[in-house]
Amino acid sequence: MRLRLSREVIKDDLVRRVEDLSGQNIAMCYQCGRCSAGCPVVDEMDILPSEVIRLLQLGQIEEVLDSKTIWICASCLQCASRCPRGVEFSSICDALRAIVLRRRIATPSVDAGDVSRVMVTDAPQMGVVGALRKLNG
Amino acid sequence: MEHRIGVFVCHCGSNIAGVVDVKRVAKQLADYPGVAYSTDYLYMCSDPGQNMVKDAIKEHNLTGVVVSACSPTLHEATFRRAGAAADLNQYRVEMANIREHCSWVHRGDKEKATEKAIKIIKTMIEKVKQNEALEPISVPMTHRALVVGGGIAGIQAALDIANAGHDVVLVEKTPSVGGHMAQLSETFPTLDCSQCILTPKMVEVSQHPRIKLLTYCEIDDVSGYVGNFKVRIKKKAAYVNRDICNGCGLCVEKCPRTVASEFEEGLATRKAIYTPFAQAVPNKPVLDRDNCIYFESGKCGICQKICPVDAVDYEQTDEFLEEEVGAIVVATGFDLYPIVNIGEYGGGSIEDVVTSLQFERLLSASGPTGGEVRRPSDGEIPKEVVFLTCVGSRDPENHVSYCSKVCCMYLTKHAMLYKHNVHDGQAYVFYMDVRTGGKGYEEFYQRATEEDDVLYVRGKVSKVFEEDGKVMVWGVDTLTGRKVEIAADLVVLGLAMVPNSTAVELSKKLKIQVSEWGFYSEAHPKLRPVESLAPGFYLAGAAQGPKDIPDAVAQASASASKVCALFSEKEYHREPIVAWIDEDECSGCKVCISVCPYDAIEFDSQKGISRIQEAICEGCGACIAACPSATIQQRNLTDSQLYKMVSAALED
Repeated sequence: MRLRLSREVIKDDLVRRVEDLSGQNIAMCYQCGRCSAGCPVVDEMDILPSEVIRLLQLGQIEEVLDSKTIWICASCLQCASRCPRGVEFSSICDALRAIVLRRRIATPSVDAGDVSRVMVTDAPQMGVVGALRKLNG
Repeated sequence: MEHRIGVFVCHCGSNIAGVVDVKRVAKQLADYPGVAYSTDYLYMCSDPGQNMVKDAIKEHNLTGVVVSACSPTLHEATFRRAGAAADLNQYRVEMANIREHCSWVHRGDKEKATEKAIKIIKTMIEKVKQNEALEPISVPMTHRALVVGGGIAGIQAALDIANAGHDVVLVEKTPSVGGHMAQLSETFPTLDCSQCILTPKMVEVSQHPRIKLLTYCEIDDVSGYVGNFKVRIKKKAAYVNRDICNGCGLCVEKCPRTVASEFEEGLATRKAIYTPFAQAVPNKPVLDRDNCIYFESGKCGICQKICPVDAVDYEQTDEFLEEEVGAIVVATGFDLYPIVNIGEYGGGSIEDVVTSLQFERLLSASGPTGGEVRRPSDGEIPKEVVFLTCVGSRDPENHVSYCSKVCCMYLTKHAMLYKHNVHDGQAYVFYMDVRTGGKGYEEFYQRATEEDDVLYVRGKVSKVFEEDGKVMVWGVDTLTGRKVEIAADLVVLGLAMVPNSTAVELSKKLKIQVSEWGFYSEAHPKLRPVESLAPGFYLAGAAQGPKDIPDAVAQASASASKVCALFSEKEYHREPIVAWIDEDECSGCKVCISVCPYDAIEFDSQKGISRIQEAICEGCGACIAACPSATIQQRNLTDSQLYKMVSAALED
C-alpha cells in the first residue's frame, strides 16, 4: 500500500495542534536519530522517537497516537539535551498524550485520591508524579 | 673526469629506515667506484638535510649528487635547488627512489629491500656520472592570453588577467557572453538575482581596453607551445555585420519565423534573426541560417530591407582569424545530462517533467512566464511540485557515476523560491543524501525545511508517469520504510552536469587530457587543480568538473593568477631534458616526425635531416625508440647511461 502524500496530508490539523501544544517545530528534525540512540527506555517502545517525528512530518499522526512509545517516554529529557536541532521530543510526547487523553478514549485517568500511602512511600516519587501528569493530560 | 659523487640516504622517519637498513646502505655505497661521500640522515628534505648536501658539495668537491629518498616528483626540485645553491649544476643532482619503489612495497623482507635499495642507488650513481651540466631552455613568450568560453568562469579569468595588465582574447561560441549563469533566476545561498550580479561583469568584459571579445566564434585550430601558441579562430557567419549594426532590434521584431529559444530552454520562442536575451552582450543579433526563410526559399528578406544601417548581409561567410597567445584558459562549462535519457521519469515525453534549467527560467522574472511559476502543459500554477535529486548522477550502472555537486543546493533553492512564489503550494524533494558543503549552505537547507515547509523524502524515485492529468511520482521514504506516491502538478529533474558537448573535440585540438566523463583533467587533484598537464593550459569552471558559481569564480581567478605568474617573466624557462638528434648520423627518414605526439620535430629539407624544436619537445622518448639508426638521444638519459644503469642493477 502506497502512502499518498499531499498538502492536505502533511499539513494535517492535528499535527499543527501538536506543534502548538508542544511549542516544537516538527520540520526542524533532520532525522539524525540521536534521540533514539540515547533513549534509556527505547527498548520498550514500538516506534523509535525519531520515527515518531518522521511520521508526524509525513502527516501520519493516528499511527503515532496508537503507539506505546508516547506512554513509555519517561520525560527524562535525554533526547532534548542531545538533539542538535533543539527539538524536545518529550514535549512532543506530552502533546500527543494530551490529544489522546482529551479524546477521552484512552487509558483511565488517575485520581490523586486513589494513590495509596504505600504507593507514595514505596514508588519513586518521579514515577508517581509522572503517572499523575501523563494520565491526567 | 674524476667522479666525486655524494650519496645521501634518507630515513624518511621510519618510512624508509623502518624497512631498509639505511646505515648499511650508506656504508656500503661509500666504497662504490666514483663515490666520494656517503651518509644517511633522518629527513633529507628538512633544512638541516639540505644543508648537509650543500656543505658536502663544497667540502668534498662533489661532481654529482644522488639523494636516495622519495619520488623525484616530490623533492627533485628541492634538491636541485640545494645543488645549485652550492654551485653544482642542478642537472647533476638526481633522486634515487627507495621509498615508493622499495621500502613501501617490501615491508615483509628487510634484507632484500636493503639489497634492492643499494641497487637502485647504484643505477642512479651510474646515471649521474654521465649527466651533462645543462641549463634550462629559454623561449620567447607572447604575453597575451586566450580564454575559451564566456560563462562566468571565462569572464572572471579574462577580467583578472586583463586587470593585471595583460591582453586577453575571449572567445565565446554563442552570440553572447554570460553562459548558463545568465539563465539562472536567483543564486544560493544568498538569493542574489543572477543577472544583477552577472551583467556588470558582462559589460565590463566587453568594454575592457585589454580584452578582445570574440562572440559567435569557435576555436578551429591551436598549434605551438606554451608561451607561443598560434590560434585559428572561426568567426561564424552571423549574416549581420555586427560592427555596423546599432542593435535597434527592428529586424528581430519584423522577422516572421519563430523557433524554440535555446536561452529559454525551449519554453519560449525566438526569431530566426535574434539576440539570445535582452541583456545580451554584445546586444546585436545573429541570423540562424538553418531556420531562415530567405535561406530556405530565397524569399522574405525582410530583415535586410528593414535594417536602417544596411547591416544584414546574406552573403557573409565564415571567417578565420589568427591570434598569437602565450597561455590558454579553458572554461567551456557544462551541459545538462540529456533529459530524454531519463525515460523512467518521463524525460522528454511528459510535458510537466522539466529540467532544472527550465525551472530556472520559470522562476526568472525575465523568463517566459514573467517570474510566475506556471507549468508548461496548460499554464496552470502547480500546487504540488516534486524535485528529484541525483537524476543521472551517482548512477554508474545506467548513467554517470559522479556526484554533480550543485543539484542538492539548487533544488533546495528551487523549492524555496517556489514557496515564495506559490504560498499555498507544497514542495517535495526526493534525495539520497543532502550535500551542503559550502559556506552558508547547510543553513540555507535548514531554512528551506523550517521556514518554507519543504518536505525532504529520503529515497530515489522509481518512476514517474501520467495519470488523470497528474504526474504521479512513486518513491519510498526509507526513514520509515514506507512506499509513497505523490500526485504532482510539476516534476523538476536535478539532472547531472556533463561537460559541454564540444569539450572532447576541443581537447583534441588543444591536445590536453580529459577524464573518463569528458571533464578536463587537472595536473594534480590537490596541488595543481587549475593546470592541465600540458604546459600553458589552465582550467576554470565546470569544464574541469561539476561546480557552483563561487567555486567556478575561485578557480577562474586561480587560473588567472597562474597565467600572470607565467607572464611575470620575459621568457619561458623549461626543462632541458629533451631529445636531440646527431645531425651527422640522421638519415632523414622522418619516422621520428610521424611518431612525435607534440609536433616538436621539423624537417630541414636543405640538409635533409630532422630537427627537434627544444621548446616544444616534452622528452617523452617516442622518437628515440622509433629512430632506426639510434641517432636520437635524450639529454641525460642516453643509451650509454641506460646501459650502465642496467648493468649496475644486474651485477651481483
